[in-house]
Amino acid sequence: MIVSAAAGVDSGDTAWMLVSTALVLLMTIGLGIFYAGLVRAKNALNTFMMCVAALAVATITWALVGYSLAFDGDAKIVGGLSHAFLNGVDFAPRDGTTIPHLVFFAFQATFCIVTTALVSGAVVERMRFGPFLVFAALWSVLVYAVMAHWAFGGGWLQAQGTLDFAGGVPVEMGSGFSALAAALVVGSRKDYGRQALLPHNAVYCLLGAGLLWFGWFGFNGGSGFSTGDPSVLAFTNTLLTPACTLLVWFILDLMRGRQVTAIGAATAIIVGCVGITPAGGFISPAGAMVLGALVALPCYAVVMWRPRTRVDETLDVLAAHGVAGLFGIVFIGVFASKSWNGVADGLAYGDAGQLGSQLVAAVAAPAYAFAMTWILLKGIGAVMPLRGPAHDEAVGMDIVHHGEEAYLTGEGAILMRAEAEAEEERPVVANV
Amino acid sequence: MKMVMAYIRHEAFEPIRADLLGKGFPSLSVSEVKGSGRQKGITERYRGAELTNYLRPKVKIECVVAGRDVRTVVDTILQHARTGGVGDGKVFVLPVEEAYRVRTGEAGEEILQAHPGGGA
Repeated sequence: MIVSAAAGVDSGDTAWMLVSTALVLLMTIGLGIFYAGLVRAKNALNTFMMCVAALAVATITWALVGYSLAFDGDAKIVGGLSHAFLNGVDFAPRDGTTIPHLVFFAFQATFCIVTTALVSGAVVERMRFGPFLVFAALWSVLVYAVMAHWAFGGGWLQAQGTLDFAGGVPVEMGSGFSALAAALVVGSRKDYGRQALLPHNAVYCLLGAGLLWFGWFGFNGGSGFSTGDPSVLAFTNTLLTPACTLLVWFILDLMRGRQVTAIGAATAIIVGCVGITPAGGFISPAGAMVLGALVALPCYAVVMWRPRTRVDETLDVLAAHGVAGLFGIVFIGVFASKSWNGVADGLAYGDAGQLGSQLVAAVAAPAYAFAMTWILLKGIGAVMPLRGPAHDEAVGMDIVHHGEEAYLTGEGAILMRAEAEAEEERPVVANV
Repeated sequence: MKMVMAYIRHEAFEPIRADLLGKGFPSLSVSEVKGSGRQKGITERYRGAELTNYLRPKVKIECVVAGRDVRTVVDTILQHARTGGVGDGKVFVLPVEEAYRVRTGEAGEEILQAHPGGGA
């Protein structure tokens, strides 16, 4: 029995990465709660279940091929298949880290899961559950794994110098611009633009946002794969940035309607966390606070503008993730500080080239995510309908797709066995 | 004076409300109700229990109008509430003895609806 760690494995680093992995996994459940609170009560379970679906589907696709395509070799566009089916992923340290390859795999898996779950926010309250499972499986490989390779796995963006600490490219811009494409292909909800389709539980939104923030300490704090300086910097910046975003969001809310809103606050927490995701280990704490304050502005504008359009990108994944992620990526190009990160300076510290590298990512990532998701959903839609009839939407996805309701009173419910016994006495009921 | 009382599907409410408003009948009450009729129950499963719920959620609209407006209001409701499937609901018309506006104490048909032609 092997009791000691493999050579090159650091116990402290590994302990932190084990914790970080669990923290990031919790984010998917936090996202489920956040999303469930934002939809109507009749769709709360289905919305949550799309996140739970990602826990199943994206974990499996990641183990089968996704991880290998993202992290095997440093080809330009996509990795190889020598780690497919977890081949060669064991106790020995992952190259360039001091943690076992298995831990590195699991940590990266939790990123793929939560990113896949994020995209569901664009299609909730109308997309059928079955096609979503197919979409989640294919998206996690064709979009997430490919973009993770570009940014983290030695792909062309990383090779040309793009800095992305914890996933501005694959996670935030990947999900945000995919969400826009998904909303366009799947189409608006039946009553979008005519009726107020309101969040049914703002407390869930705050609870979910809080769990996301908590988990984000693992997401950003773990993305240095150690307990070293970059991780510590990213960890603390994950506290500072969202706090500043929150305060600025309060002010914007006050200017707009003289009241500070709870769902606005939940949104601000996420926007702040997203903004610092790419930049966490590259900018100073003061820079992180400036980032937090500034990232609120474009995201607030898009959150206000989007519902005035005909695009039913239902839960504003584009605003909260796409735009904030893009902002964070570009911000690095200006405010990266070598005295803090030991790697590169941004424009403000004399290196305009870094800004160029960041802008390349800010163009390429949205373009790929949008185009690939569009093609993927058009393809799935050609094989199976993405949506049910309008009547299903009226009844609600919970009853139609899951045969359950989030909020039961119990009145009027008859056990099927008892019903079968009383069958003769029951009047004939017509089907709908 | 008559009360039009309609039990309809949730999704029919918004078009009915908008259309009635446009025709000069802004005043109505709405409640969430549950009822059982010929519509098939919802089958649900919770762990080992499989059950059918015959109580389906519906919206109830109550709208009091002058006698000559009953046809307009009923037709508006029928037009938007009908899908042709079992479970579209029912509309009832009931007599109303008297109506009072609480704010002023006025009585009679003229207080029923806000539009100039309708209930006045």
